[in-house]
Amino acid sequence: MNETVMVLIRTFGILAALLSVGGLLIWLERRLLALWQERYGPNRVGPFGLLQVVVDMVKVLFKEDWVPPFADRPVFVVAPAIIVIVTLLSFAVVPFAPGLAVIDLNIGLLFFLGMSSLGVYSVALAGWASGSKYSLIGGLRSSAQMLAYEVFMGLSLMGVVMQAGSFDLARIVEAQQDTWFIVPQFFGFIVFLIAGIAETHRLPFDLPEAESELVAGFHSEYSGLKFGLFFLGEYLGITLISSLVAVLFLGGWQGPWLPPLAWYLAKTFLFIALFILIRATLPRPRYDQLMAFGWKVCLPVALLNLLATGAFVLLKG
Amino acid sequence: MLSILKSLWTVLVTMFRKRVTIQYPEERPYLPPRWRGRIILSRDPDGKERCVACHLCSAACPVDCIALQAAEDETGRRYPAFFRINFSRCIFCGYCEEACPTYAIQLTPDFEMGEYLRKNLVYEKENLLISGQGKYHGYSFYRVAGLAVGGKDKGEAQNEEKPVDVKSLLP
Ligand code: SF4
Ligand code: SF4
Repeated sequence: MNETVMVLIRTFGILAALLSVGGLLIWLERRLLALWQERYGPNRVGPFGLLQVVVDMVKVLFKEDWVPPFADRPVFVVAPAIIVIVTLLSFAVVPFAPGLAVIDLNIGLLFFLGMSSLGVYSVALAGWASGSKYSLIGGLRSSAQMLAYEVFMGLSLMGVVMQAGSFDLARIVEAQQDTWFIVPQFFGFIVFLIAGIAETHRLPFDLPEAESELVAGFHSEYSGLKFGLFFLGEYLGITLISSLVAVLFLGGWQGPWLPPLAWYLAKTFLFIALFILIRATLPRPRYDQLMAFGWKVCLPVALLNLLATGAFVLLKG
Repeated sequence: MLSILKSLWTVLVTMFRKRVTIQYPEERPYLPPRWRGRIILSRDPDGKERCVACHLCSAACPVDCIALQAAEDETGRRYPAFFRINFSRCIFCGYCEEACPTYAIQLTPDFEMGEYLRKNLVYEKENLLISGQGKYHGYSFYRVAGLAVGGKDKGEAQNEEKPVDVKSLLP
């Protein structure tokens, strides 16, 4: 009985924290982008413009929720929910601190990979159900991009799994007691980071929603709360990938002096900031360049890394 | 690859540069005196209206937002009976100021003209007229023009010779 209550509190606490982080990231991103462009960003509403989040929320909620008559209604409505749900589900396996996770799954990493692959359905279905050509092109691009980047996203993580000897994220963190995996698995880290950016379709890999050519890509036809859900999904995705980079390569909650949760948060924040910095810096590549980069550079690097790690583990073992 | 890291670094250190934004209502931008903002009608050094109602400004205006009607007082001095500028159409091009032969119409560095009602943007003469001379001091059109007007006869303007009886020039 007591156990159940604890689990419930933990689950809903994490859920509430994640949702508010998703909202705050909008503010953070706008402020950071402004900082890197010699501007201020939203700084009027509340202290440091923090209440901007609330104002934006209210605006999104009260916007007309319009479903175009040519859209495939049920699919159109379900699509934005998918991305939020699968991203939130992925968080279930992330260990925030020792014992602070929704579930301690022994195939945690596989679960994450599966869930993040499901995320593409959201984008592809949204593109399809919108019934407009821009959305469809956005959806198509995203499917092709996901296919390409999903492959080596998984492969890049296998090095970590080999060295830790487990798919369980908590075990992986514990295996980094002495050295963080960013040292032996440096190439895996780079490839996973790139794949992670592509997975959340952030700039420079935001081809599915390239504003300059596709209006807004797969969410061109969305408005109001549904559009807000896509946004939330995107920011949750950033948080998820950043957390995983921190957990898999930077030793998660490990670190001296500070409490474990603080270490986890600091590392995650570092990568969220990196995501935004990358957005502030890099231009969007052409579509063929994106695909060529994925298949011809990242995939071979991931495979070679896997090979080297395998040899290393065999020799040592 | 290296260039990507370099540009990431460049963007990151931008953080420590001074921000270019001016926090407008608290901080004011510097506007040079010849900035083209709200239009005024000025007066000459004697405190009389400079405008001689020549219609050149309204002819020059590309959006036709100036309306005026000429009138003449008992001394023969021309002035506008009404002078109306519709600021909801004005594009602040400054052509009226360039066309004006008397420095009467001038643009000023004031841009805070927001109104809730569009019709409040139509300024009449009493809204436009100021009590000073604006940007150009000491200029009075009637004092330099060779025109007989209220108390000043031909040949009495600045730098003007007395009129000559042409018949006396005959050989
Ligand atoms: S500034 Fe240009 S548009 Fe405005 S009144 Fe003068 S001539 Fe017309
Ligand atoms: S403002 Fe100047 S240009 Fe316009 S009518 Fe008066 S004198 Fe003429």
